[in-house]
Amino acid sequence: MSKICLHDVPALIDKAGEIRKYLCRSARYAGNVHLAGPLSATDVAVALYYKHLGFDPENLEDPGRNMFVLSKGHNGVLLYCIFCDMGLHPWEELYENYNRIGHVFGAHPNRKYVRGVEVSTGSLGHGLSWSIGFAHANRNEGLASRIFCLLGDGEMEEGSNWEAIMYAGSHRLDNIVAIVDNNHCSASFMAGENIKWNSMADCWRAFGWTVFDIDGTDMHEIDRTLSGLPSVDLQSPGKPVCIIANTTKGQGVSYMMDRPYAWHIGGLDDEKLAETEALIDQYTAEQKKRI
Amino acid sequence: MAGFTFNISDIAAMMNAKDQVTKKMVQMVTDNPKVCYINSDGTGKSGPVRELYDRHPNRVLDVGIAEMNLVTMAAGLARKGYIPYGQTFGPFLCVRALDQIHNDLAYNDLPVRLIGTHGGLSSGYGPTHNTIVEFGVMNAIPNMTMIAPSDAAQCVKMLEASLTWPGPIYIRIPRGEEPAVYNSEYDYAIGKAIEVRDGSDVTIIATGTGVYNSLRAALMLQEEGLSVGVIDMHTVKPVDREAIERAARRTGTLVTVEDHNILGGLGSIVADALMEAGVPARLKKIGIPDEFVSFGYPEEIYPHYGFDGPGIARTVRAFCS
Repeated sequence: MSKICLHDVPALIDKAGEIRKYLCRSARYAGNVHLAGPLSATDVAVALYYKHLGFDPENLEDPGRNMFVLSKGHNGVLLYCIFCDMGLHPWEELYENYNRIGHVFGAHPNRKYVRGVEVSTGSLGHGLSWSIGFAHANRNEGLASRIFCLLGDGEMEEGSNWEAIMYAGSHRLDNIVAIVDNNHCSASFMAGENIKWNSMADCWRAFGWTVFDIDGTDMHEIDRTLSGLPSVDLQSPGKPVCIIANTTKGQGVSYMMDRPYAWHIGGLDDEKLAETEALIDQYTAEQKKRI
Repeated sequence: MAGFTFNISDIAAMMNAKDQVTKKMVQMVTDNPKVCYINSDGTGKSGPVRELYDRHPNRVLDVGIAEMNLVTMAAGLARKGYIPYGQTFGPFLCVRALDQIHNDLAYNDLPVRLIGTHGGLSSGYGPTHNTIVEFGVMNAIPNMTMIAPSDAAQCVKMLEASLTWPGPIYIRIPRGEEPAVYNSEYDYAIGKAIEVRDGSDVTIIATGTGVYNSLRAALMLQEEGLSVGVIDMHTVKPVDREAIERAARRTGTLVTVEDHNILGGLGSIVADALMEAGVPARLKKIGIPDEFVSFGYPEEIYPHYGFDGPGIARTVRAFCS
């Protein structure tokens, strides 16, 4: 079976629009779901799953695969939408049986139930250390494949991340690509309102990472960054890479972007869903004009 | 009894569990390309672990002083088909990195083996460095296996057995020189208690360093005419329920011995098993009282809390009279 690959940026933008609508439909049919965070992470996730991972739904345990670790595990519904879209799971599992006993899609992703999920996550600040384990395994086997780890900016407050950041930088695990969905909002605080970063990029750099500080809402820039990653060098490894993808929580839905903390978890009724889908279509069309 | 006979000598051979574990780990890493060994600033400036570290840069790792990273990176290696062993001070594994153990090892159900050193009060470094909770904690986490070998030689048998055990294991070893319990060959299997000594009046069920001290007590009490059986419950989870039930039927009087908080440890686990088995028996628990202990080395602290040989004998004597 062929690996999934949407080659051009407009197709990726369209796909991101579709996934955003699936997320909102989940918030209508599945009940309350984490919503604004998945919306901000959608563009990066789409760029990875539909192009840069070389994701192969029929060869999920290929030892040489690129891996994706969802460190911000509360964004599981984003993976569910992508996997259903790819045909890995039926839509009913998401829309009718989300978070129900005996079904696969829980509020946080479980690797044993959800085909396509590499590790069960939910507790924050674990993904980078998972990535380090994978990175060493790949190196030990002479594999140059990469591990992409998606984190939230709120999640970066977890101390365990910094143990992993120090380690990966020190050991030059250049097969790790950390991506921070910098959506500037946690469940309770806007960025800088409580915990303050002078510069998140400088923090990563200080521990030996190469940082790309990008517009995480610009598919072209995301695609260019992922296409231009420094190569994985098994003999003389370079630095691990951190992409800070600057976004807004609720990305693509204006009324959520205006009050993002209110949409950390949310549900929609029929009327609101229709309005939201129209907004997403409008947003997607505008994104395509940016190219 | 499976043909096993136990004879304790007056001065037992002292063996360092940590050294034996290191030696065995070196052998396992060398022989098995899937075995990984991860330390937390425990590689040493020189010596066998450092040599191994230099030889296997992607399988023998040191995270520095960062136990959370140790546990989860081990899980990552296990997810890729490796058998990682992570080792450091017990409290910083089972307390500090418990979120990682709970989620990445147990919930993800991966065959990582954690070796928590300085078990119980054996460190002598005070409450920050004692480990008094792991039996209770690991018992309450699904998928976990909890093992406390009774002596250094058993550590080696346990490590060999752990290679093929499914799921995560938390292994507790004491600090340093502890007396050898066994002086003859015996079969070892994870989850299968060893009935070290038969007795008809009372059975002591002990784990870890408690086994040696329980045997001392049994020998003392034997001279007083009390017949004391001793069971080595090296696997605390899954506990050997059949062995407990058999002992309850045989003597009707059980005493548990552990270097662990009296709440939630082996004693509580045995009590649970007894109650569920519905076998009437009396049970007395010996362990650390529910308090942060005084500073001091185990040589003084064990007698202070009554789980050295004479202390155990005292409690068993009173319980049986």
